[in-house]
Amino acid sequence: MLDLTPKEIMENRHITINPCKTCEPVGAMFCALGVENCMPHSHGSQGCCSYHRTVLSRHFKEPAMATSSSFTEGASVFGGRSNLSTAVKNIFEIYDPEIIAVHTTCLSETIGDDVGNYIMDLEIPKDKIVLHASTPSYEGSHIQGFSNMMIGFMRYMTEKAIEKTEKVAIFPGWVNPGDDRELKRIATIMGVEYLFFPDHEGILEMPMTGKYKYFPKGVGTPAADIKALGAAKKLIAMGTFASYEPAEYLDKQHKVPFSLIPVPIGVSLTDKYVMALREISHKEVPNVLEDERGRLVDLMLDSHLYTYNKTVAIYGDPDIVYSFTSLCIELGMIPKYVITGTPKEEFVKQVTALFEEHGMDASKSVIRADTDLFYLHQLIKNESVDLLIGSSYGKQIAKAEGIPIVRMGFPVLDRYGNTVQATVGYAGGIRYVEKIVDSLLDKIDAEASDEDFDVVM
Amino acid sequence: MNEREILLDKYSSRVFKNRKSHISQLEYGEEADSIAANTRAIPGIATARGCCYAGCKGVVVGPMKDAVTITHGPIGCAFYSWGTRRNKAKAQDGESNFVPYSFCTDMRPTDIVFGGEKKLEDGIDEVMKLFNPKCIFICSTCPIGLIGDDVQAVARRVEKKYGIKAVGFSCEGYKGVSQSSGHHIANNGLMKEIIGTGDKKPRKKYSLNILGEYNIGGDGWEEERILKKIGYEVVSVFTGDGSYETMKNAHLADLNLVMCHRSINYVAEMMKTKYGIDWIKVNFIGIGSTCKTLRMIAEYFKDPELIARTEEVISEELQAISDDMDYYKSMLKGKTAGIFSGGSRSHHYQSLLRDLGVETIIAGYEFAHRDDYEGRAIISQIKMDADSKNIEELTVSPDEILYKERYSKEEIEELKAKGVEIDTYDGMIPDMKKGYMVIDDYNAFETDELIKSMKPDIFFSGIKDKYSIQKQGVVSRQLHSYDYSGPYSGFNGAVIFARDVTMSIYTKAWMLTIPPWKTAALLGGRIGGEN
Repeated sequence: MLDLTPKEIMENRHITINPCKTCEPVGAMFCALGVENCMPHSHGSQGCCSYHRTVLSRHFKEPAMATSSSFTEGASVFGGRSNLSTAVKNIFEIYDPEIIAVHTTCLSETIGDDVGNYIMDLEIPKDKIVLHASTPSYEGSHIQGFSNMMIGFMRYMTEKAIEKTEKVAIFPGWVNPGDDRELKRIATIMGVEYLFFPDHEGILEMPMTGKYKYFPKGVGTPAADIKALGAAKKLIAMGTFASYEPAEYLDKQHKVPFSLIPVPIGVSLTDKYVMALREISHKEVPNVLEDERGRLVDLMLDSHLYTYNKTVAIYGDPDIVYSFTSLCIELGMIPKYVITGTPKEEFVKQVTALFEEHGMDASKSVIRADTDLFYLHQLIKNESVDLLIGSSYGKQIAKAEGIPIVRMGFPVLDRYGNTVQATVGYAGGIRYVEKIVDSLLDKIDAEASDEDFDVVM
Repeated sequence: MNEREILLDKYSSRVFKNRKSHISQLEYGEEADSIAANTRAIPGIATARGCCYAGCKGVVVGPMKDAVTITHGPIGCAFYSWGTRRNKAKAQDGESNFVPYSFCTDMRPTDIVFGGEKKLEDGIDEVMKLFNPKCIFICSTCPIGLIGDDVQAVARRVEKKYGIKAVGFSCEGYKGVSQSSGHHIANNGLMKEIIGTGDKKPRKKYSLNILGEYNIGGDGWEEERILKKIGYEVVSVFTGDGSYETMKNAHLADLNLVMCHRSINYVAEMMKTKYGIDWIKVNFIGIGSTCKTLRMIAEYFKDPELIARTEEVISEELQAISDDMDYYKSMLKGKTAGIFSGGSRSHHYQSLLRDLGVETIIAGYEFAHRDDYEGRAIISQIKMDADSKNIEELTVSPDEILYKERYSKEEIEELKAKGVEIDTYDGMIPDMKKGYMVIDDYNAFETDELIKSMKPDIFFSGIKDKYSIQKQGVVSRQLHSYDYSGPYSGFNGAVIFARDVTMSIYTKAWMLTIPPWKTAALLGGRIGGEN
């Protein structure tokens, strides 16, 4: 596997080999799937829409419904106005969503299609909404596309509030449906009433009933909640990359102050979420949560024998990589390589600061944004690690170098059941500590000689 | 109203007008059943189609294992087409296998504004330094054609600089109306630049190319196993587990076998014109079809020894699988199926399903042309529209040195009369029965409506449909990726397919869909007046 990858590292390549990111539009599509009764629409060639639906379906093992403007050569020369208006008519007639969330592609951006203008000229049926976000694939990564679409929803839908309500807005960032459920559960335990956006719980994890609806009712962020975001008294935004720009937008446009915290994975980052909720509710943390936290810490202590000073390579999207770095540090591990493909230098700063907070020397690790898995593999070929944590694409490196891998983030294409369970919160922490320790122990077992093979560990 | 009318009735007049000619419920009346195909998808209809790049890079060019295929454009397209199609490849001794890698120029705003040729060339310099490949393919994505990067010119400069083979493909996503345009562009590039550039003659008496076999789940390997057992030499496979090294010599083979008609018929036709090599439309999917295919090939060479050997292999292979096939047939007989797929699979799999006693009552293609449905006789009647005209029609002429006809026209007619289907394909429709539904460029809505009205027991499609079909309580298996199984071709593949279909239909979880409290009366209530 990957036998052709040379050990000698080539720095500052122009060619990206084995990417660790994908393009903006898929983030926009994912975001829009988390809104009730909403059809994501890709304004570009058919292939974009087809590829995005495919990767989302493969990650969630769920239908990912979306439509395309189906550009041809003609549309690429003369603009996609008529493709969009035909598409909007057809989508409302055939699929009948309440909202169509249009995102652009590198094609429609390169030809300069003014989608905002096109939408203003559309005849939109009463009580229906068509909105858009600009998501040029040659900028940022899928994470930026996710943020841009969130802002797109708010720009079109969020209403100016005369009076603030008691509700708190929660932006979960780019997480799985199981995480949405867990984040809401914790907020409820903390006695906080919330508007949760976007919300994939129940959408990208539809229960098997024998009946299929394109837009199931009662799941996803309702339009009313997006409209009401401006009236939220406070916002908790999770994921300093995915949620920062949407949070800043809501603050600037609607004066909703926010606390921006990392995606709550592991003990101290979940503590941050709980503390942020506590600050709002002014209620003490109930035993049920404190016990969960205690069980996670207990598990970490019990199993530290196998995690202490183990080196780990963590790769993927900036928010989840940051948070897993924090979890690994809590486990006494050494995050040797911390890597994202997303081109944000801020990532390096934040991860370096995290190392320093924990009194660790960041200079002994490689922390890099805007890079690829080929680079990670070359690093590992020079100095290996005990564990890989990241998306399915790292399994090639894992196989090539004989390193155990724990899958997390996006996309996980080769395992089942991960997305319906939590990665966040104390509960998610317990699940992932188990996964990490199991994979390290499995390796010890697989490699142990008969005389060293322990039944009790 | 029949099922077609019920379906179309739900459309507005505007959509109805378009879709009615793409949906055909077979009548076998006085006029031949026909269908419209290879026209633009309706915006917003949730078509299953992909794009030109997907057809060129994703299908035809990408599987070439000893070539570095660089996606020139922003990152997405390279990411989505990386390791996602299950076109298996194994490195030959001493050769490279780049299939597990993804290469991309990852264009940024400045590249879009100022052009990306420089970045592409710098990237190729790095690829040469890192891997030193013999062959580089450059596949363009949407913005490239718009900003005017000339990938063919870059390819020529690379060839000059490094003395390797480099081919640029202008397969921007918006070209044509589906993946089909990408197949055509890829076929043209391979024909112009690679086929015929080698001189390594086959060693065995009878040699073949397998065209349109992408080795999904290892299909090509099962086909090669059988062909080699009979005694053929397989010169090259287009393009599953294929290579630049072997494709160079493809023109020296005796006969071309065409599996996926849609994606590779251009090469088959051009090789016939340029080198005089005949082609046979084969089908290795299904026991009956595999036997027929093997017999046609043997018959083509008119060698009694080869014919006898073929029969020997067939009977050996059949014996090995007959118990398994009988068992699975007993499990599946009488079921009905729907198939929506790409190239030729919606046709091919009907044979295998029929072997198992399963009738295919709905069949459709994403990106077929009319000849895939109605047979090649229809080609002369197909009108070129603006979208097709934009794709180059490569004209080739007989090669002065290498053109060689094995048989005269009369001999070919004789062979055809014996049932050897040379240089022809009759399409999918003739193999289907009255009342069955044929759909071109199917979409999500139509899929769901047909499931309701025609109630197939199992639906074969792709990942975009799989889970929505399954949520409706209908078994669904992917015919693009084989649900991570395979091979499904040849004799051994038929058993694996039969096992997989049986597994999916009979899996226990289907029985758990409805919770007991939905069907049982609530007990424990009291009748008024007691106590």
